[in-house]
Amino acid sequence: MIQSLEPIIEQHPFFKGLSKHHIQFIVGCAKNVRFAEGEVVFREGDRADQFYFVRQGLVAVELMVPQRGFTTVQTVGAGDVLGWSWLLPPYQWRFGARTLEETRALAFDAACLRNKCESDHDLGYELFKRFSSVITERLEATRLQLLDLYGVGA
Amino acid sequence: MASGLEQTISAAGVDPMLPRIFRIERVRQDTRDTFTMFLARDASFTFAPGQFNMLYVFGVGEAPISICSDPADKREFQHTTRVVGPVTAALKRLKKGDAVGVRGPFGASWPAAEAEGRDCLIAAGGIGLAPLRPIIYTVLANRPKYRRVVILYGTRTPDDILYGNELKRWSAKFDIEVHVTVDRGVHDWRGNVGVVTALISRAAFNPETVVAMLCGPEVMMRFSLLELQRRGVPPERIYLSMERNMKCAIGLCGHCQYGPAFVCKDGPVFRLDRINSIFGKAEV
Repeated sequence: MIQSLEPIIEQHPFFKGLSKHHIQFIVGCAKNVRFAEGEVVFREGDRADQFYFVRQGLVAVELMVPQRGFTTVQTVGAGDVLGWSWLLPPYQWRFGARTLEETRALAFDAACLRNKCESDHDLGYELFKRFSSVITERLEATRLQLLDLYGVGA
Repeated sequence: MASGLEQTISAAGVDPMLPRIFRIERVRQDTRDTFTMFLARDASFTFAPGQFNMLYVFGVGEAPISICSDPADKREFQHTTRVVGPVTAALKRLKKGDAVGVRGPFGASWPAAEAEGRDCLIAAGGIGLAPLRPIIYTVLANRPKYRRVVILYGTRTPDDILYGNELKRWSAKFDIEVHVTVDRGVHDWRGNVGVVTALISRAAFNPETVVAMLCGPEVMMRFSLLELQRRGVPPERIYLSMERNMKCAIGLCGHCQYGPAFVCKDGPVFRLDRINSIFGKAEV
C-alpha cells in the first residue's frame, strides 16, 4: 500500500502552522528517497533544484579542499533540513553532501516550490521564515565552532 | 559560637582543611592534553557523582579537580585533568607511587535520585565529560531505575575524544543512546561534525520527564540551555556544573562566589532555576 507523505510532512515541526492547502502543495513536490552509505547526494557547484529532510541516517556536508580532500564541515541527521542553496540565486550548491550511513529522506522539488513562492507570497514568506531559522542555527553553530570552545582558556 | 570551619569539622568528623595522603597507582595519558591519575582508595573515602577534591602537590599548591571514576569502585578513584597552571603542571609530573594531598570530597552532586523514573540526558563538552562520568556509571549500574538514557558529547577533533573506548562500549549497549560530535572532522572520522547543541535537537528524550545534566564550557552550556528550553525542558529539571576559582572548598574564602552562592559549597552542580537570574551574566 502506498502511504501518502501528507501526514509525515504535516507532523514535521518545520511545517507546523502551515495551512492545509500549502501543505498539500508541498506534498505534491515531495518524494521519498534513499541513499546508500557513501553515496553523493549533491555536488558542490551543481544546480540546487532539490532540498531534503533527513528521516534517518547521517549526511556529511563537505567541501573539496586541495591537498586535504573532501572535508566535512557539518553533519546533518534525522529531523534536519539538508540544503538551502536552492532558495537564493544562483541556485547552486555551495557545498557538497555525501551520506555517512544509509540515509532515508524526503526530497523536495525546489524549482517547483520557488515558482510557487513567486506566485504565492504567503507560502514564500512562511518558507523563508522557516529556512531563515535553519540558516540562523547553522550560522550560530559555525560561530561556536570558530570559538574553539574546548581549548585551554577558552 | 562556632565558626563555619569548626561546624564543618564537627559535622564531617575530619578537618576539611587537612589533606589526606593518597598514593598514585598509575597515570594514563588520555588525549594530547588530558591525563588521568588513579589513586588508591581506602574505605574511608566515599564520594557522590559530581563532587570534587582539592589535590595538593606538596610545595606547589592546590587545585580543585572533579572526581571522574565510578563511585562504586572501592579499589581506586580517578581524576582527569589537563595542564592549565602550575599545580596541574606539577600533577602531570607525578608518577606511580608519588604522594598527593587530597582534601574532599566537596560540593553538591548530580541528581541521581531525582532522575529515577525519568529520561536522563547527559550532555558534555570537552573535558566536561570527566565530572559527568561518575553519574553515567551510576545510571548504568542502576539502569532499570531510569527510562531513556542519552549521552551527548562534543569535543574539538576525533583525537580529543575523552574516554573513547568507554564511549564505544556505552554506545554498543541497546538501552542507551550515545552521540559524539566534533568541531573539526579530520582523518577518517565518519561521525557527527558540529556543535553539541545540534545533537540536543535530534536526541530522543521526552521533554516532559527528562532530567538534563550538562557540563562543559559555559558558552556551550548557554547554547545547550537555549536548545533544551526550545524543546520545552523546564529549568527545575536542568542541572549544570559550574567552574570558578575555588580555594578553600568549604565556602569560607569567597574566591568562588557566584552571586549569592559559593560554587565550592553550593555547587559545583546547580539546578538551573536556582541560578537562572545570574547564569551567563558577564558581571557575575
